[in-house]
Amino acid sequence: MPEKVTLAVFSGEMDKALAAFNIAIGAASMGMEVSMFFTFWGLNIIKKNQGPIKSRGLMRKMLNFMNRGGSKRLPLSRFHMFGLGKWMMGRLMRDAKSPSPDELIAMAHEAGVKFIACTTSMGIMGISKEAFIPEVDSFAGVATYLAEAKEGRVNLFV
Amino acid sequence: MKADATLDCIGLYCPMPIAHTAKKLKELAVGQVLEILADDEGIKEDMPAWCRATGNELLGIEEEAGGYKIYVKKSK
Repeated sequence: MPEKVTLAVFSGEMDKALAAFNIAIGAASMGMEVSMFFTFWGLNIIKKNQGPIKSRGLMRKMLNFMNRGGSKRLPLSRFHMFGLGKWMMGRLMRDAKSPSPDELIAMAHEAGVKFIACTTSMGIMGISKEAFIPEVDSFAGVATYLAEAKEGRVNLFV
Repeated sequence: MKADATLDCIGLYCPMPIAHTAKKLKELAVGQVLEILADDEGIKEDMPAWCRATGNELLGIEEEAGGYKIYVKKSK
């Protein structure tokens, strides 16, 4: 039976997402079974880039307007500088032939990494399933995460 | 060293060389040898680790100007 690796992806910044996906793709390449649980701000990574996020209530509408998310909209955790820092980091990454978050999502999915979106965060923030990319395998809670994590020896919180 | 296939990973950083190696090796038969060209220095440690973890055999790493030639035999 293959070894399991689980990642709890809490952060919604591009640099942290890159680290999470690189570890996930590396682990999948080593024959491990990988699950990524996206929760709270981490949900932004797996939101669709197109279209509005529909939700009910003024506060949720405001939150989803300000916290739109999508793999192309993720800020840097340091030196974002209203987008200038991110633009520069994007240039450096292209120079180094380093894949973008989009490409990493596709690679991870192709390598068999399972994407799970946290339904509690979705409920609190008022985000529906339609807001997410089709690569998301399931919508679940902490028990699903722990059931996977207890069978693995590598558990990371990003 | 003779190889059955070659994979060019020049200019690619971790984890792409091992990710591409894992994918490429699936196309080969057991016993065949894959030659990987890479220039990220981390590969010197990463490919042996990848081979240990996946049970494939590392036949050798040749260091040359501008990069490394790595030979991996598909073992299972």
